[in-house]
Amino acid sequence: MSLSDERIKFLEEKANEIRQDIIKMLLEAGSGHSAGPLGMADIFTALYFEVLKHDPGRPDWEERDRLVLSNGHICPVQYATMAHAGYFPVEELKTLRKFGSRLQGHPHRTALPGLETSSGPLGSGLSQAAGMAIAARIDLSKEEGSSSDNPIWIYCLMGDGELDCGQVWEAAMLAGKEKLYNIIGIIDRNNIQIDGFTEDVMPLEPLKDKFESFGWHVLEIDGHNMEAIIGAINESKAVFNKPSLVIAKTIPGKGVDFMEREFSWHGKSPNSEEAEKALAQLRTLQGKIKSEHE
Amino acid sequence: MNNIELAKNLFHKEKLEQAPTRNGYGEGLVRAGKDDENIVVLCADLSDSTRSKMFKDVFPERFVEMGIGEQNMASVASGLAAMGKIPFISSYAMFSPGRNWEQIRTTICYNDSNVKIAGAHAGVSVGPDGATHQAIEDVAITRVIPNMTVIVPCDAIETRKATLAAAKHKGPVYLRFAREKTPVFTAEKTPFEIGRAEIFYKSDSKKTDISIIACGPLVYNAILAAGELEKEGVGVEVINSHTIKPLDEKTIIASAKNSGAVVTVEEHQIIGGLGSAVAEVLAKNHPCPVEFIGVRDRFGESGEPEELIEKFGMGVGSIKEAVKKVLNRK
Repeated sequence: MSLSDERIKFLEEKANEIRQDIIKMLLEAGSGHSAGPLGMADIFTALYFEVLKHDPGRPDWEERDRLVLSNGHICPVQYATMAHAGYFPVEELKTLRKFGSRLQGHPHRTALPGLETSSGPLGSGLSQAAGMAIAARIDLSKEEGSSSDNPIWIYCLMGDGELDCGQVWEAAMLAGKEKLYNIIGIIDRNNIQIDGFTEDVMPLEPLKDKFESFGWHVLEIDGHNMEAIIGAINESKAVFNKPSLVIAKTIPGKGVDFMEREFSWHGKSPNSEEAEKALAQLRTLQGKIKSEHE
Repeated sequence: MNNIELAKNLFHKEKLEQAPTRNGYGEGLVRAGKDDENIVVLCADLSDSTRSKMFKDVFPERFVEMGIGEQNMASVASGLAAMGKIPFISSYAMFSPGRNWEQIRTTICYNDSNVKIAGAHAGVSVGPDGATHQAIEDVAITRVIPNMTVIVPCDAIETRKATLAAAKHKGPVYLRFAREKTPVFTAEKTPFEIGRAEIFYKSDSKKTDISIIACGPLVYNAILAAGELEKEGVGVEVINSHTIKPLDEKTIIASAKNSGAVVTVEEHQIIGGLGSAVAEVLAKNHPCPVEFIGVRDRFGESGEPEELIEKFGMGVGSIKEAVKKVLNRK
């Protein structure tokens, strides 16, 4: 199934709106993570607006696909995308990290309908996704005449830095052993973590080989290309008897030139001057669409 | 005089059946699995010694072998619970909730997941394996987490009841078991309800001088001590406080008001365990002298279970001494 040019344009524009909201909400919050959320805006948009079987009006719908966010600190992108998808009013994004807000600094499942789990401490999302995948498999085997053609898909979004955690590899082993074909892992391969570049802090490469040796089907894509993102997920769904992993190469801070690839922007929010500059860049796609208005 | 029905021949240890509490876990799992198809059991390479194998043999499709990965096991269970399953995770207490504490806190308790954590081989009575395998901090680290229920059953029958009650209870539960065979001194009819302490023994004497509040297999030692103390003219009430959290404050306060002195008995560090929980309640509601039987801020060591119980001051003689000491403080 290929996407029309029109649909791709819609998704790209939606991702841009979400990036602008990420900047606005971080400015309002006065703290939080900037680079990761901006880098993952395209993937979150693709998931919530094209891929996921979900219903924002019924967040507890049993047949929905599950999206587990393992690296909880990038939650501004999830909150912004959920708001745009209709889970709650966009206006509420301004409450991020504030007293009494449903939008906790790191996601809290019981605070906000539509979140599948609470996360923050890194490395535990893939385990939870594996648990969900096993549960879905047990349920599928109970239903008479059911087939695995249209299972509940479990998406697990992970950062690359959290692959330092041993628990991720415990879960990877389990998913390989149990042949959890209904898991689609997506790694935000942006190469940065708090103390620097991942390959300096704790080398991860050859990452594809590592997961393949654990029994996974692995794809590497450009995490800012809508067609590539959706194509990789479709390919993952066609893989029989193996969990799939999409290593999405992303640019941290994507869309704002002074944040791009700067690991100092991992864990901080923009001040008003920086936010204004960032929003101007996003509105004009870093100057690329200026001609339309000239 | 017993308020409630316990085993016949209560004071004849040699006539009582001996069984490890973990046996009750295996039996309870099988029963719970028959009652509810949502019960799923996970184990971290210890299915025989945790007795989760009994469930695996009956329901292989609902058993998942996790290998030696307790952190993964806790979070996998959270994922299963998110899909409506009722997972029991089984290992030694030292590893679960020991090694995987943060996963239990965040992915199970903060999510208010319906996961049951079964920690076997708790206490110094694990014996020859030594300190590395003797969990004596597990009650402290579980009861401090919001949403968690903590249960320490006293024998194999009560463990079976606790396992079934945990399956029906909504929310995270920690169940603690021992390795060694211990006297089966409760009966099928002995009541068990999460959060409700039971008065297991009450002296015939007119007045109660001391309340002994205990949990786990040491409740039996407390009863033996009570029998001997009664002969010496001391009126004793023994309370089986199997649920450490939520603690049955009402029963404990009422007993302390009646007796005016308390001894707590547990096979756990005094810091943070049942004794601490009881002291928290009494300090606020009815301050009175309390003595604590338990491990005194040190690690365990190798030895035979009986030897270690004596060495760590948790035998019948030590309980009697603690009672006399606290009576002098009244």
